[in-house]
Amino acid sequence: MSRTAFGYLAAFLLLLAAPFALYPVLLMKVLCFALFACAFNLLLGYTGLLSFGHAAFFGVAAYIAGHALKVWGVPAPLGLLLGSAAAAALGWVIGSLAIRRQGIYFAMITLALAQMLYFVFVQMPFTGAEDGLQGVPRGSLFGLVDLDEDLNLYYFVLAVFIFGFWLIHRTIHSPFGQILKAIRENEARAVSLGYDVAKYKLLAFVISAGLAGLAGATKVLVFKFATLTDAHWNTSGEVVLMTLLGGMGTVLGPVVGASIIVLLQDELADKVGSLVTVIMGVIFVVCVLAFRRGIVGELRALHGRLTGNRR
Amino acid sequence: MSEIFGIPIQALMGQLMLGLVNGSFYAVLSLGLAVIFGMLNIINFAHGALYMTGAILAWVGLEHLGIGYWWSLLLVPPVVGLLGIVIERTMLRWLYRLDHLYGLLLTFGLALILEGFFRDQYGVSGLPYSIPEELSGAINLGFMFLPKYRVWVILVSLAVCFSTWYLIEKTRLGAYLRAATENPQLTQAFGINVPLMVTLTYGFGVALAGFAGVLAAPAMQVSPLMGSNLIIVVFAVVVIGGMGSILGSIVTGLMLGVIEGLAKVFYPEASATVVFVIMVVVLLVRPAGLFGKER
Amino acid sequence: MKVSFVRMAVAAAMVPAAVGMSGGALAQAKGKISGDVVKIGVLTDMSGVYSDLGGQGAVIAVQMAIDDFKAQHKPKFDIKMVYADHQNKADVGSNKVREWYDTEGVDMVTDVLNSGVALAVAKVTQEKKRVLMVVGAGSTRLTDQDCTPNTVHYAYDTYSLANVAGKAIVKNGGNTWYFLTADYAFGQSLEKDASDVIKANGGKILGSVRHPLNASDFSSYLLQAQASKAKIIGLANAGGDTINSIKVASEFGVTKSQSLAGLLMFITDIHSLGLQTTQGMLLTSGFYWDKDDETRKFSKRFFEKAKRMPTMVQAGDYSAVTTYLKAITAAGTDDAAEVMKKMKELPINDFFAKGGKIRVDGRMVHDMYLMQVKKPAESKYPWDYYTIKGVVAGNDAFQPLALSHCPLVKK
Repeated sequence: MSRTAFGYLAAFLLLLAAPFALYPVLLMKVLCFALFACAFNLLLGYTGLLSFGHAAFFGVAAYIAGHALKVWGVPAPLGLLLGSAAAAALGWVIGSLAIRRQGIYFAMITLALAQMLYFVFVQMPFTGAEDGLQGVPRGSLFGLVDLDEDLNLYYFVLAVFIFGFWLIHRTIHSPFGQILKAIRENEARAVSLGYDVAKYKLLAFVISAGLAGLAGATKVLVFKFATLTDAHWNTSGEVVLMTLLGGMGTVLGPVVGASIIVLLQDELADKVGSLVTVIMGVIFVVCVLAFRRGIVGELRALHGRLTGNRR
Repeated sequence: MSEIFGIPIQALMGQLMLGLVNGSFYAVLSLGLAVIFGMLNIINFAHGALYMTGAILAWVGLEHLGIGYWWSLLLVPPVVGLLGIVIERTMLRWLYRLDHLYGLLLTFGLALILEGFFRDQYGVSGLPYSIPEELSGAINLGFMFLPKYRVWVILVSLAVCFSTWYLIEKTRLGAYLRAATENPQLTQAFGINVPLMVTLTYGFGVALAGFAGVLAAPAMQVSPLMGSNLIIVVFAVVVIGGMGSILGSIVTGLMLGVIEGLAKVFYPEASATVVFVIMVVVLLVRPAGLFGKER
Repeated sequence: MKVSFVRMAVAAAMVPAAVGMSGGALAQAKGKISGDVVKIGVLTDMSGVYSDLGGQGAVIAVQMAIDDFKAQHKPKFDIKMVYADHQNKADVGSNKVREWYDTEGVDMVTDVLNSGVALAVAKVTQEKKRVLMVVGAGSTRLTDQDCTPNTVHYAYDTYSLANVAGKAIVKNGGNTWYFLTADYAFGQSLEKDASDVIKANGGKILGSVRHPLNASDFSSYLLQAQASKAKIIGLANAGGDTINSIKVASEFGVTKSQSLAGLLMFITDIHSLGLQTTQGMLLTSGFYWDKDDETRKFSKRFFEKAKRMPTMVQAGDYSAVTTYLKAITAAGTDDAAEVMKKMKELPINDFFAKGGKIRVDGRMVHDMYLMQVKKPAESKYPWDYYTIKGVVAGNDAFQPLALSHCPLVKK
């Protein structure tokens, strides 16, 4: 068995055993945000586009899935599907608009559009605005497995995460993924080679949005409600931080980054209150100034030096 | 009582005035952002947090040091500007040769640090800052009440905006600045200290934000959250105006403030989103912005 | 693409990394106190718009209640307290409470300022079969459509606020109203209940405007209220929002021709604004520190620790915790169903409520007071802010069971 497969197997076994040692709800939160960060990284690390409004997709999927589960009574998998589809559709709309500009303008436009959507959510009655969409039922899986049991839900969430992660892995290692990397490296050259760059960017945006939506819809299942926080720009900033800390442009970076940030916030929230924000800010600043490759990136570089391999 | 389109005159004029007040803040802040972007090619996400810092420093000055409003107007902007200079010298200058997005990320991190720190100190519910004696009260014009303080805000903001415009467009210092923006190497070759210009520009842009903060303190809630909500609207303003011209940012800021105010009268539900909707329209029709040049 | 084993292992270790949250939920069993500890969770707003109403003061009040109970009754079980800041966010509060129930064996949650948070926490409490004693939040929904067998709504609700002060204002001649409403569960509930009372007493609602919780600028909303020319501007908000609404109203000269009605006001608000601004305002409250000797005794002790007089919420927290602990002693267990049954049986007679009773829908019914803010000249000592204008008996103040939409009420 190759080292890669062995590594993945070891991780999988650890994840299977994890809920017996740690609080399952916390683990599920980590998995949701890890998926969110991986989806985001597809856009930032692999296509080179910084979207500062990704919470819009997380949030819209959360609300749509929540509504579907609570009001229409659909089963969980369908709820997830609806949420992801809504996020992907929104991704198409926002992406089309944002791609008209480059670089910093792109980032600002995504931020502004996400904020606009946030205000729309505040106004719409179905979101419950400040109160949030509460009491979303988890239901049962195919009528057999009761998802109200945290342990059962954990394995379902794990399955969803693995599916999303696999999808991203495949995308990155496909010819499509290679073109995205080419666009990131040197957009002008990609254009000169005849690629319809705008179309590729948009497609990457839509995939990223859809998977971010999957993460958001899953989160609703775990916590049983959707709130404005899911669509707030703070959440957009958090996912950027997770990816930056873990390592942009690496497959596992976002997972590592998300785990650390979620666990850190959970541990510190009670103890230091608002200083958590300060710590997030400090991590941002340190990463940008001195640690741009992120944890996984640095580890990879270290490994390269130790084994004499060239990247 | 007379009405226009079914809205009483008093309400309309009142909202228009409030719109001008908001527009003044948009103008001053987007001006600062434009100036910084012009020179450094960095979008200063910390602008909102520095505006908030200005307001909080004014409050601290009043509460603990007995420094009144008028002194704060004079003293706080340079202090904030100094903070900006420190930030630029110690952190931003390492990022100039990198992708501009890193500047955005760094300033975002700084914004979080500032906001989190003040939140920890003061909570989020707002610190009281009273309107200075000389400016309190309102003028009763018959068809509306005109609070003196709000009028002051509009006048002072306009004065500051146009002074800045004059400084950059019509003076020698401004000419050096513009030259350094267009072609740093050539300007440096002429013996002008470009890095110093850059540092001073950031400091000045940030001082403008601090100044806006002091202005805002008596009118709005001094709270650690006051900057973050405002800054995103200002970003939209900047995208609409285009970051090429100083005058463009001022005009766009004022205009959007007024439009927002009118929206509150005729269609209140949309007032929070109207600026963003306009941004979308501008993006579709004139992507470089109303006054912008494509960079 | 080659993926190094080192990286894999590191990543795999990261996910269930560091912080272990071990320990399953400490289940409750009939006839026993789980773990021989009764754990009480205080969920409140520590730093935001409502922090003065509960916040640190709530923690102090609950600790006082626990200490007093231990000293007076010497129970066989230990009593512990945990607390957290919900930041006025329903998800933060709800997740915290879920974690408390799952991993820390918390038996009862109290205070819960903010109706949005309270509604969310009520659902989690029902799911996990614990007890929730809401003291700070106001929405009548907690004992109406959204009642649960595990919720007690202790101090006040928006119905009683509207019914006491609202009615009094209308009867005084304030018959046209315009509402300035905080746009979430509490504000909407208060606006609705107040509107019902106003209309039932011959008044008219001329309009309303909604503002976000903790809004930064009230000028635009007050301009609209001014334009409506209503005699009364009803403030369906609380805490910092009420304070700011009143301040901006003065700035724009609104108070020259219209009156402000603070539908939910606390003594800390009056303290912040000063008597000059608030004199003559009518308000409803379930508690006043200076009402009688018993309230004064409690309040002076509280003042020593908190440096401010207790609000209705903080005093209510003390009373609620004491009631709960008494019920546990009587029932001999901390099993939620048993304790709830006992609480609905035992009468409540302490400084906070005389002849108080918890109804089948969870509503704690007790006398409510109509208060008027004193003129500056009338106030003789610090915190001497209110005159009690009238008492409304509990059964008259709160929504009658006959009108209730709560499924627990048998009709």
